[in-house]
Amino acid sequence: MTQTAGQVAHSARASVGISTWLNVNVWHWRLATLAIAATVAAPIVVVCAAWLTPSGEIWRHLADTILLELIRNTVVLIVGVGAGVLVLGVGLAWLTAMYDFPGRRLFDWALMLPLAIPAYVLAFVFVGLLDVSGPVQTWLRHNVGAQPNWFPPVRSHGGVVTVLVLAFYPYVYLLARAAFLSQGHAMLETGRVFGLRPWSAFLRVAIPVARPAIAAGVALALMETLADFGAVSVFNYDTFTTAIYKAWFGLFNLDAAAQLASLLLLFVALALYGERRMRGNARYDVRGGPGRTKRYRLRGGRAAGATALAASVLLFAFVIPVAQLTLWAWSAMAQELDLRYLRFFANTVFLGSVAALITTFGALLLAYTYRLRPDRLTRAGVRFATLGYALPGSVLAVGIMLSFVWLDQRIAGVLAHWGLQAGLLLTGSLIAVILAYMVRFMAVAHGPVDSGFERIGPSLLQAARSLGCGTWEILWRVFIPILRTGALSAILLVFVEVMKEMPATLLLRPFGWDTLATRIFELTSEGEWERAALPAINLVLLGLIPVVMLVRRSGTQP
Amino acid sequence: MIKTSVFAVICLTLGATFSAAAAAGEPELVVYSARKEHLIKPLFDAYSAKNGIQIKFITDKAGPLQVRLIAEGARTPADLLITVDAGNLWRAADAGLLAAIDSPVLQANVPGRFRDPENRWFGLAVRARTIVYSTDRVKPEELSTYEALGDLQWKGRLCLRTSKKVYNQSLVAMMIARLGEEQTAKFVRAWVDNLATTPFSNDTRVMKAIGAGQCDVGIVNTYYYGRLMKKDPSLPLALFWPNQTGSGVHVNISGAGVTKHAKHPQAAVKFLEWLSSEEAQRLFADANMEYPVNPRVKPDPRVAAWGEFKQDPINVSQAGRLQAKAVMLMDRAGYK
Repeated sequence: MTQTAGQVAHSARASVGISTWLNVNVWHWRLATLAIAATVAAPIVVVCAAWLTPSGEIWRHLADTILLELIRNTVVLIVGVGAGVLVLGVGLAWLTAMYDFPGRRLFDWALMLPLAIPAYVLAFVFVGLLDVSGPVQTWLRHNVGAQPNWFPPVRSHGGVVTVLVLAFYPYVYLLARAAFLSQGHAMLETGRVFGLRPWSAFLRVAIPVARPAIAAGVALALMETLADFGAVSVFNYDTFTTAIYKAWFGLFNLDAAAQLASLLLLFVALALYGERRMRGNARYDVRGGPGRTKRYRLRGGRAAGATALAASVLLFAFVIPVAQLTLWAWSAMAQELDLRYLRFFANTVFLGSVAALITTFGALLLAYTYRLRPDRLTRAGVRFATLGYALPGSVLAVGIMLSFVWLDQRIAGVLAHWGLQAGLLLTGSLIAVILAYMVRFMAVAHGPVDSGFERIGPSLLQAARSLGCGTWEILWRVFIPILRTGALSAILLVFVEVMKEMPATLLLRPFGWDTLATRIFELTSEGEWERAALPAINLVLLGLIPVVMLVRRSGTQP
Repeated sequence: MIKTSVFAVICLTLGATFSAAAAAGEPELVVYSARKEHLIKPLFDAYSAKNGIQIKFITDKAGPLQVRLIAEGARTPADLLITVDAGNLWRAADAGLLAAIDSPVLQANVPGRFRDPENRWFGLAVRARTIVYSTDRVKPEELSTYEALGDLQWKGRLCLRTSKKVYNQSLVAMMIARLGEEQTAKFVRAWVDNLATTPFSNDTRVMKAIGAGQCDVGIVNTYYYGRLMKKDPSLPLALFWPNQTGSGVHVNISGAGVTKHAKHPQAAVKFLEWLSSEEAQRLFADANMEYPVNPRVKPDPRVAAWGEFKQDPINVSQAGRLQAKAVMLMDRAGYK
């Protein structure tokens, strides 16, 4: 296959879907998809149903007191984190994908490592190290004298934004890097033939083409930011999520909490919709592999600058936190480490892998059916099914639990007809907790899977058809090879996310199914930060395995 | 590969469900606990070793556990709810989740102000929320009451934990019970004006900030002080018992109740009685450097070393009743 700039065909939208080239019964697929979408959507519907209960008093109170500030803080966070992950993620991806500089081979994959550190862990390390009572400022007081006034306040807008950017930029880095690598250099060279300087080639060719990937990465980072409660509460930084928890835990009103949460969802849905509208009907199927990628070699000051930039990001986002965790873990080892850690480990791995497989399977099904024939119903189902990621974990967990209890009551009702006594079969079972992960992380799996499908353009199928391939042969020889990359990314990403997930695991895990994340919760909620470092460091180490696999796979050409 | 895995999962899950059902014949208790695993598991183990009763449990925050109990209704597997803070127990009782228990043993072991007036929950350990100060920069004579921390002399010298923590909500709720909303609001606003920095996410950080010279006084639970001093005895910090000539120190409880739909109600009551007994009280309180609720049990020597003090005699259930009011009051006062 030859490569030209015309690979990226901004062709008219393929509203017919790819079913034109496949001889399959669209309805079978559609039913399966709707079933998955309904499962994923049910808890969200339960949350939204809270609007049926009026809680005007709490709304009035929030509006009169803190709501305005919370919204302001949330906007600061979204803008700050959004801009931060965009610049850092895209910048580093571009640097490592297109240039060569000392240490580039290491940074290639090492810059992904922060993905293994949960944001709440990064936050408690950061605050513990840098706040006034932390070792850094204490050292300064002893050696430089007096309270250093110039030291920026840690528990501030800037501090929260910095920590979340360092925690979430890998989403953008991962997806943008893959996009840049798959563009290859040919297109950029074409741009340069037409007289574009490197910088304008980056802005005018590379970025627009990688836009779906970048948008998906930023969307993931921002949804995480909106749903985050753990990290911001370490800073005592009040966001919209704080209001949700305040309504629930402080004012005892779960309905008001759910109403606030559904507003958050509405906002996310609108933002995602807006992005898609702005992207318009452009198609981004890049055909052909990465092809010939020859990196531009940086020299002298530029090379040093690139190395310094990548090294400092890695230092602050990964090396320092891990070193500090290791130190703390070491001091708490005698008190904390015992055989139970084997169970925590096994449980974490089991839940993570099973949930990752099932979620990715669901995401493949959703994306495939949508491609078969993107009608309104299927599209709505898919969109809805990927919203769960933006809900604060506890709220979503409650939604899931209520759905399961409802289902259990129905099952028990049916069994009672046959004279059978049944307790709660699903609630508190493994099925419940795994489905909860599926609901929560469908968006994470959907991103990479969907961008895999983006690359299967109509012309590819046309070509396959004209070469005489049947439906199954097309599925086997076109879909699977192209989708394998995306599906594997999805599996690994979901695994990492499940491993870090806390609120849903806490509420829905069966008896005895403690994981590393629940162990962190037990200790941090009692303020035992140093003991919590032991499960935290274990979590990070375990997370490194899929993260490294993820990078290995995402194209490490010489 | 995926298909086999899915199949394997279904088999495993069903297997787990049925094996759980099969084990139902053995004597067991099911506990939902907001008290953390490392503070409660030793008691479960001790009781199992003694009576051969298996105790299954999950831990979570009080809020989600309560929602779970409500949702599960009559089918809940839970026999007991263990939680920290009287506010949470009050709320569970208010939602009709806990059964009234007529137990002479519990009546005898748990003083009246540490249990529900209708006997639906019982305190098991007492925690005091008191003033901590820098021994370098503060003389104890300068301190008197919680309210006085709003005085001008503490301007820029006070550190507090976030108002989102239930301990502070209960403290303020008790102030409302005693002083009324208007007076309490005045005091809380004065605290906020005196803050040296935005409130911290936990008590330990408050004490570390005082140690680092960021501020001079704060309000913390005593067991956090105990833990921190154990780790770093050189910190220039000390506890002060406020309001000794008036209402006394704010105390709260960690406690439990038997669920209304318990499957093993008698065993649950027996276990609760055991938890309040002299044998278990020491384990329960000492694990976390709290005060035993049973007056016949002496506190751990490390805890006793902080001195005797007069406690606020109001029934702790007031903390629950007034908690929402306290939260709103703190929001209005700008206490984050």
